[in-house]
Amino acid sequence: MNWKNNSTLRAGVVMILGILFFFGLGAIIPTLFNAYVFTIVMYAGINVTAAVSLNLVTGITGQFSMGHAGFMSVGAYAAAFLTTVILPTAEIPPALVPLVFAGSLFFGGIVAAILGLVVGLPSLRLRGDYLAIVTLGFGEIIRVVILNVETIGGARGLPGIPQWTSFGWVYSVAFLAVLTVRRLLASSHGRAFLAVREDEIAAEAMGVNTTRYKVLAFIIGAFFAGVSGGLFGHFLTYLNPATFDFNRSFEIIIMIVLGGLGSTTGAVAAALFLTFLREALRPLQEITQLDFRMIIYSGLLIVLMLTRPNGFLGTKELTDFGFFRRFKGLRQ
Amino acid sequence: MTEFLQHIINGLGLGAIYALIALGYTMVFGILQLINFAHGDVYMLGAFIGYYAGRYLGLANVPGLGSLGAALALAMLGAAVAGYLIERFAYRPLRKSPRINVLITAVGVSLLLEFGGQIIFGADPKFFPTLYVPGEPFMIGTLQMNRLQLLVLAISLVLMTGLRTIIFKTKTGRAMRAVSFNHDNAALMGIPVDRIISVTFMLGSALAGAAGILVGLTYPKIDPLMGVMFGLKAFVAAVVGGIGNVTGAVIGALLMGVAESLVIAYWASTYRDALAFGILILILLFKPAGLLGTHRQEKV
Repeated sequence: MNWKNNSTLRAGVVMILGILFFFGLGAIIPTLFNAYVFTIVMYAGINVTAAVSLNLVTGITGQFSMGHAGFMSVGAYAAAFLTTVILPTAEIPPALVPLVFAGSLFFGGIVAAILGLVVGLPSLRLRGDYLAIVTLGFGEIIRVVILNVETIGGARGLPGIPQWTSFGWVYSVAFLAVLTVRRLLASSHGRAFLAVREDEIAAEAMGVNTTRYKVLAFIIGAFFAGVSGGLFGHFLTYLNPATFDFNRSFEIIIMIVLGGLGSTTGAVAAALFLTFLREALRPLQEITQLDFRMIIYSGLLIVLMLTRPNGFLGTKELTDFGFFRRFKGLRQ
Repeated sequence: MTEFLQHIINGLGLGAIYALIALGYTMVFGILQLINFAHGDVYMLGAFIGYYAGRYLGLANVPGLGSLGAALALAMLGAAVAGYLIERFAYRPLRKSPRINVLITAVGVSLLLEFGGQIIFGADPKFFPTLYVPGEPFMIGTLQMNRLQLLVLAISLVLMTGLRTIIFKTKTGRAMRAVSFNHDNAALMGIPVDRIISVTFMLGSALAGAAGILVGLTYPKIDPLMGVMFGLKAFVAAVVGGIGNVTGAVIGALLMGVAESLVIAYWASTYRDALAFGILILILLFKPAGLLGTHRQEKV
């Protein structure tokens, strides 16, 4: 088989190499930084996955979702429910842990995706901005529901989640999310997503089933959000319904808007940048005792929309610049 | 039975306040096809204007209809100014931009008001001053009618009738309807489209400001985030009635108020917020145009 012409095979190779690379890097990274910086690095990676998946929904398919944290929450709780409440975690042999962890992350993602279908289908059938309102409400309802379910801790939160998330896991998942979006974009599905964003009526006239593609993008986005939530839970070892409030959704939105709606590179860069900025702003918050972060974010959002609605990168990708341009043609 | 009727009456009181906010959503949507996310926060501003007027202008020292009227007028004026500024500086520059950009801006404005409010007013809930002391409840048989509820209903009715008169009986109202029908054609007929849009925002915001005062009277705890859920529910009410339709918004809001009041009474108050979104999802599934709305075909 000529592997240069078989994009599936090549993507598989890239995927495996990438995962090996990040797990290899994971052996070095924790020794380089102190615990505080390492925590931020981990959060940054989790945010990258969340931002890349929201970018698929909002930036690439043009559907404004305001409940991404809700899906993270669902994924986090579903995965943690498996590993903490259902399975006798302590008795799992260490060799099986990666398998169990991967399985529960996948489970979290699937539960989030199913909820994405339930929420997305009614609101995405229509043109207009209903998705924004419905997802906003969904995020709040999920919080209320989790607060009232005692098996997963209710308002007390869910403690005792095994700390299985490592650098390798976080960045491999982020890498997989980027790869998935990139390959989707190069496929006919991806073209359909872009067509829906550019002009729904024209897309429909060209035979694109707009509802189907909007829902598809939304489900994939919800899946990765769920997985990133699962990673988050297994890193912090404790979950609390209040962690995934509206501010969290909003943080992810500002990431993709800042990076440039539709640019995966932008989403990655902005997710990393904003996670570090947030920590850099912490002293200011401690001095003034006021939370200026959200003010800065919301002001930034308005100013960006008024002056530079395309964010930093517009829809450009890394492969549009210099050295990386040679990878542009590769369909992976 | 008496108890049931009592809940219906409470629900209507709540619904009347929802209606005031829903009207603003529906008017702005009718004219710009935009969900004005900041609308719920304009209502919050109205409540805070009432709070400061009551405390620092001494209105709370002389509770009565006069003080209430003054606070109402101030809140409506302040909210109208806020609505004008929001439209002028955040939405108007984006009139030709893709819809998602305007939507994101609207969310940004809303959050700016909420978190700005938390910094300026303080994040802790404030106790709304007593602007009006209700006397003995009014009895119809065994049914109790709180005078405050009656007053809220009456004020809402007066304001809504006023709005109807403006929309359907005046030249400005005719211009508003023309602009909502088609911007370009309206402009060709010599209608100052931008000014009419500003007027629409101001009218809607003034009603939201009034709603802020009325909510402060009935549920006297206000905070900078009070507009989020309340505004969303009012929006759902507007969708239920058929967004863009003024009568529909009022009917949807009254239904919403009654439904919420019944859920609290017979089920659990934790689900009162979930109810609104359940209703919204059902409506979007089965009758997306709403009860009174007509489906508008989108044209290229």
